[in-house]
Amino acid sequence: MEKKKLIPHAFRLTLPVMFGYLVMGCAFGIIIHTKGYNFIWAFVISLTCYSGSMQFVLADLLGAAAPLPSVALMTLAVQIRHVFYGLSLVDDYKKCGKKKYLMMQQLTDETYSLQCSLTVPDGMDEGRLRFAVSMFDHLYWMAGCTLGAVAGALIPFDFEGADFAMTALFVVIFVEQWRSFGTHVPALIGAGSAVVCLLIFGADGFIFPALSAATLALLALRPVLSKKTKEGDENA
Amino acid sequence: MPERLGFFNSAVMIALVAAITFILRAAPFALFGGRRKTPAVIIYLGGVLPPAIIAALVVYCLRSTDFTVHPYGLPGIASVIVVALLHIWRKNTLLSILGGTVLYMTLIRVV
Repeated sequence: MEKKKLIPHAFRLTLPVMFGYLVMGCAFGIIIHTKGYNFIWAFVISLTCYSGSMQFVLADLLGAAAPLPSVALMTLAVQIRHVFYGLSLVDDYKKCGKKKYLMMQQLTDETYSLQCSLTVPDGMDEGRLRFAVSMFDHLYWMAGCTLGAVAGALIPFDFEGADFAMTALFVVIFVEQWRSFGTHVPALIGAGSAVVCLLIFGADGFIFPALSAATLALLALRPVLSKKTKEGDENA
Repeated sequence: MPERLGFFNSAVMIALVAAITFILRAAPFALFGGRRKTPAVIIYLGGVLPPAIIAALVVYCLRSTDFTVHPYGLPGIASVIVVALLHIWRKNTLLSILGGTVLYMTLIRVV
């Protein structure tokens, strides 16, 4: 019985990501194909690297035959923001058993945003729901990337701008957290440090300093905020 | 197909990107997940970090917006506001995302 409900529920939760991942994945597939890599390469990259922004950078690096040290540095710069995602899921992923190792590899921006805003219906196994959400997202991405490399150029419709679905997903989760959270201070700190760091460091290098500054500020405010978030949980 | 890196060199580069990405994603779990009891400060961060990260991700998505030239970032900003308003009004995730995305795709073509 439980299994019947769990998969459709996970599917509904991941629908917004499906839309965005199929379109963005397709775009990647088209690009990697123009660099001389067929759909098997696109599939392997989407399976192993599994990252929206980094895969587009990788396509450039492959095309330019970039030296490995610069590939490593570039990957660090683009991906370092991910170290913050696990921080807020350490306890949640303990409920997922051995699957958590695969789920760490699958922790993209979008999957993180679903995992950290996940509500578990009564009677549903949280670990399995989290795993299903993680797997659905990855499957959409692999499907998008592979399809794009096979047939992307044949699609007559112009999908430019469809990747806005990802921005919209983050805005929706922002609104929901704003309403349900006991305090708005963390959201304001995140937005504030992001805007300030964007002005200081520019578009390419701001997200890591922004998340670092936000984390430090939240740690400094711990005596005040730990009380407020507890109150918020009770009210919710 | 155009000239490109050979099979081996391509595979090495892809493996490198995959490995670094995995290490960064797994690092917090390796540091704090092994112990039977998660440190209190990590539990605290687990509570307060998500709203901060999501807010930063919204800015991250809009990071390449240029406010100094036409159309002055209007499609992105207007669509973000519409998504938020739609969601406050109807509380329907798919409607908010679909509405905002259709608006954005329309605006970047007509503005």
